[in-house]
Amino acid sequence: MATVTARPPAAPDKARAAERRRRRRRSAWRRQLVALAFMSPWVIGFSVFFVYPILSSLYFSFTKYDILTDPVWVGLDNYRFMFTSDGRFWTAVRNTAWVVAIIVPLQIAFGIGAAMVLTRVKRGLGFYRTVFFLPTMVPLVAAALGFVFLLNPGGPVNAVLGFLHLPEPLWFRDPAWAKPGLALLATWMVGQTMIIFLAALLDVPKQLYEAADLEGAGPIQRFRHVTLPMISPVIFFSVVIGVINGFRYFTEAFVVSKAGDWDNPVGTPQDSLLFYTSHLYNQGFEGFHMGYAAALSWVMFVVIMVCTLLLIRGSRRWVHYQGGFR
Amino acid sequence: MAVANHSVAIALSIMFLLPFVFIVSTALMTNQQTGSLSIWPSPFRWSNFTDLFEFFPFWRYAWNSLLYAGLGTVGVVLSGIPVAYALSRLRWRGRQVSFVLVLSSLMLPVQVTIVPLYIIFVRLGWIGSLKPLIIPLFFGDAFTIFLLRQFFMTIPQELSDAARVDGANDLQILLRVIVPLAKPAIAAVALFNFLYCWNDFFSPLLYAGNNPDTWTLAISLQQLTQLSRGILANLQMAASILFTLPVLIIFFLAQKVFVEGVTLTGVKG
Repeated sequence: MATVTARPPAAPDKARAAERRRRRRRSAWRRQLVALAFMSPWVIGFSVFFVYPILSSLYFSFTKYDILTDPVWVGLDNYRFMFTSDGRFWTAVRNTAWVVAIIVPLQIAFGIGAAMVLTRVKRGLGFYRTVFFLPTMVPLVAAALGFVFLLNPGGPVNAVLGFLHLPEPLWFRDPAWAKPGLALLATWMVGQTMIIFLAALLDVPKQLYEAADLEGAGPIQRFRHVTLPMISPVIFFSVVIGVINGFRYFTEAFVVSKAGDWDNPVGTPQDSLLFYTSHLYNQGFEGFHMGYAAALSWVMFVVIMVCTLLLIRGSRRWVHYQGGFR
Repeated sequence: MAVANHSVAIALSIMFLLPFVFIVSTALMTNQQTGSLSIWPSPFRWSNFTDLFEFFPFWRYAWNSLLYAGLGTVGVVLSGIPVAYALSRLRWRGRQVSFVLVLSSLMLPVQVTIVPLYIIFVRLGWIGSLKPLIIPLFFGDAFTIFLLRQFFMTIPQELSDAARVDGANDLQILLRVIVPLAKPAIAAVALFNFLYCWNDFFSPLLYAGNNPDTWTLAISLQQLTQLSRGILANLQMAASILFTLPVLIIFFLAQKVFVEGVTLTGVKG
């Protein structure tokens, strides 16, 4: 727009340039304001319902607080109690580790397996997909209650087992069988994971399979060297989500424990279903030890952060991205 | 080989469908039958579905669930649209950081914040009502914002530019250009949120659990054990079915919206 002049710009040109700069700064400032106006609901929500609670949770973890009276500063007492004197803490940790170590791989393996079955189905794919996905739609509470009666000592599963002369476990009434009962519930709800894996499996380029066939690879080798690496990003995604959800595990355990009798303590039978969140709930919202519950929640936060970081770090070794950028 | 695969598929289908069959059949039995080993109800007690209303203020709880899910969805959509717009189609300082913060709040488990949140709500006097459940949703929900932002980014910039040349400001662009184009994404997000709130157990338990008048269906179902004089399995299963029915109906009617919603998250690789 401006032509190059040999002599320095005259005074009116300088004023115009300065005016242009001021206008640009004003419009940039206005853009910023508009953006902030649009963002305002989230900014308020994030600060009030997220940042503030996290920080004050840290504060409360150093106090003894039961809501009725004022909080009392007790320093590291809550943490000391947690790690040395609270037996149920370690039970909760062990049970939650069980969920993360057993249920998550189980769901992923089963999800991949079910998805693989669906990739080879010729007719009725829509029907199978709907049927496999349907249990995921059922509200967790209803599903858990359903399984309580399904696995009841008088229920059909045991009836079938008895018919086949197999041992009939007491399932949710027996501390040794309560968690496997929950594992059954988890495999029933594998539909969501399966759908994601189905999409990923269908995405694997056919040429890779053909190349593998040409080299004489058997089905197991094909799976190990073509399928698994190609779907490894989705496996990674599912593992991260699964681990985070494993730490959050609550509703099923709560419903199942209290199904027999409302007064059953959370974790019945015999604390076998006491998971980390159940313990937190029991301490904070049944016993109203708010400070201790806050401490528990912070420990959980740190553990989840560490686990997620470890997972992400470890993923570089076994996750293969098709773009080859890692 | 295909036959073996097909039989596995059929076996799996039976496995997935059997619990449904069992729940329905239990719901139709008399109480003594549920304790016995019979798997097939005889006679079919359809009256269970009407009897349960005697023990169980079903409609009040259904209304609470509807309030929570309905108002919650409205709040999430109303707050999510402008935020997603700012994160996707405006250029401003702090945009990247804000997006990272939105994502991070997705990953954080709710347990870390519930203790102080509960205390805030106690001080506000909201405990025992549905307010702690509904009101925060009017201030943004990370998942909704994420999905909408991803979708908004696929709308060509030229459309916004054309509108701007015509003299529209950002609010008008948002309402007259972006929102009409984003209807499928908004529908998907609304659906996800409605179902999430309808099925939600933990938050209602925490904030409304002490006041039976504000129980949602999810909580009340679990409490039915206490309300009746013992475990009335058949009534509990009948109530569970009524609780699940809207979800299944919505699922079947809106399958297309679901599939679009899943692909919007772009889970692939």
